[in-house]
Amino acid sequence: MSAIEKLFPTSPQERSFQMKARRDAGTAAPNWVPPQFVECKKCGRRATRQVWVKSQYVCPNCGVHLAIGAYYRLSTVLDHGTFKELNPDIAPNDVLHFPDYQEKLAAASVKTGLKEAAVTAIGRIGGVQAVVAVLDSRFFMGSMSTAVGEKITRAIEYAADKHLPLIIFSASGGARMQEGIFSLMQMAKTSAALERFNRSGGLYISVLTHPTTGGVTASFASLGDITLAEPGALIGFAGPRVIEQTIGEKLPDGFQRSEFQLEHGFVDQVVPRTELKEVLTRILQLHTQGRKRR
Amino acid sequence: MIKEVLQQLEPLDAQIDALCSRADDAEMASTTTHAAELAELSAEENTLLQRCTSLTPEDRVFLARRPDRPHITEMIDNLFTDFFEQCGDRQCKEDAAILCGIARFHGMPVTVLGHRKGTTLEENLRCNFGMPGPEGYRKALRVMKQAEKFHRPIITFIDTPGAYPGRDAEERGQGEAIARNLMEMSGLTVPVLAIVTGEGSSGGALGLGVANHILMLENAVYSVLSPEGFASILWKDASRSGEACTMMKLTAQDLYADGIVEEVIPEPLGGAQRGRQLLFSRLDTAIAVHLAALCKMSGKALADQRYKKYRRIGEMRGA
Repeated sequence: MSAIEKLFPTSPQERSFQMKARRDAGTAAPNWVPPQFVECKKCGRRATRQVWVKSQYVCPNCGVHLAIGAYYRLSTVLDHGTFKELNPDIAPNDVLHFPDYQEKLAAASVKTGLKEAAVTAIGRIGGVQAVVAVLDSRFFMGSMSTAVGEKITRAIEYAADKHLPLIIFSASGGARMQEGIFSLMQMAKTSAALERFNRSGGLYISVLTHPTTGGVTASFASLGDITLAEPGALIGFAGPRVIEQTIGEKLPDGFQRSEFQLEHGFVDQVVPRTELKEVLTRILQLHTQGRKRR
Repeated sequence: MIKEVLQQLEPLDAQIDALCSRADDAEMASTTTHAAELAELSAEENTLLQRCTSLTPEDRVFLARRPDRPHITEMIDNLFTDFFEQCGDRQCKEDAAILCGIARFHGMPVTVLGHRKGTTLEENLRCNFGMPGPEGYRKALRVMKQAEKFHRPIITFIDTPGAYPGRDAEERGQGEAIARNLMEMSGLTVPVLAIVTGEGSSGGALGLGVANHILMLENAVYSVLSPEGFASILWKDASRSGEACTMMKLTAQDLYADGIVEEVIPEPLGGAQRGRQLLFSRLDTAIAVHLAALCKMSGKALADQRYKKYRRIGEMRGA
């Protein structure tokens, strides 16, 4: 896509999407602002935000993949002008009337501009139409609430219904504690929807990003036909702190990271963020020919 | 509160037992005095037990975790016949934290499985206190798939503090194993009946719990995480677990009100451990009723009903 196209998006929907993506990337300021510096959380290297955006928030020095927002993530993989959000109005539901939960939700919403920790959309990747869901770790650690479970389930059902491939980018601390058993049951709900999707012959690519743990690992994130992971992402069921407390010893470096999961057979490939679109395109195109659909 | 009541009951129970055993070989004359004494003791017990009619969620968590609560082996001995245990996941290991096998229920072959905590310390250690690793979930899936092949209904008993959060469990894919079970269980074409008998915590419980109907014992609990874990995540303070118990809405009564479980099976006053035979007869009736209803449905109808049961949890209309 040319710079001109990026500056003048065609439809209002695309304009608002690009704006949200720029907001997530931290480059939404309407007027000129002095260059902002962003520091790498791992190696401490400072670079201007423009440099970070160019590298999709992969540290130009040490290669660590910083967390990115959902709309920005979508803008890095979707073809320009093809984004269409699914179920944007689904909002969290305080099912247990949990103290302070509403206030915390409102604060998270103000901070991130999101209604919930999941954004689901349809769009094209390398020309192939697909349903894409993204969990955003900035909103309640990307935890699975009933609304997140509902959005993911609806995205799966939409993909099954329209015979589209499905891609889910996971980033989650697990179940949303404030929604108790309802949150736990979303694991069964999303997995059951995937069972139907599988039987309908749909392709599901699960992309694991930092961190993918708890109830999300123990449900849809682990059920991909193809599982990709971003380098260095923490992926596991129990968190490292809980494991260390249980076994009473320190875990080695790299435990539960993407490369560890690759070695133990739970990931097909570890793919750097900058190559993800290309890899996704290749996989999607491999599945568009010779596919038999009922 | 329940703790104190049960403590006070202990000496009374002992006295009653002693009297009953002496009464067996005593003469008629002495039995009359025994009878009076017995009546007095049991009246005293009853007044104590009356305090157990309204339990707090924290009390129920305490009861659900009691080591003398009836465990899966006892359930199998009392509710089923011809039990044949099946071991191993056929991939790398046998996990004693989940007990699986084939048995007869009222003459009908069924597949039975559930968490096993063990009763003695050696057994506890062998069963890892009922915390399964991925092998356990894979073994469970293997026997459930087999049940589907041979058209046997599946009955699962849930009683676990959670899936084991250990190093080797992670290395062998704890998350993947549970996820696979959730997905495969949702599509099974045979009846699946889950019974929460003790504590059902987190994905470790749900990994055996995707069922057509879920039953819960009166003092069983089912939650997203143990109250201690919940408190330490939310407030970084595990000692506030009592507060968490109330907030989490984890009792059988809460879950019944929320429409997640189909039936709550009443326990004897003071907990299941105080009247095993009564509990087993109630369980027997409940299982028979639910199985009879489910066995009338076709395979596809069963999978559909199960899908809808979970689909509507947290379903949002209008949005």
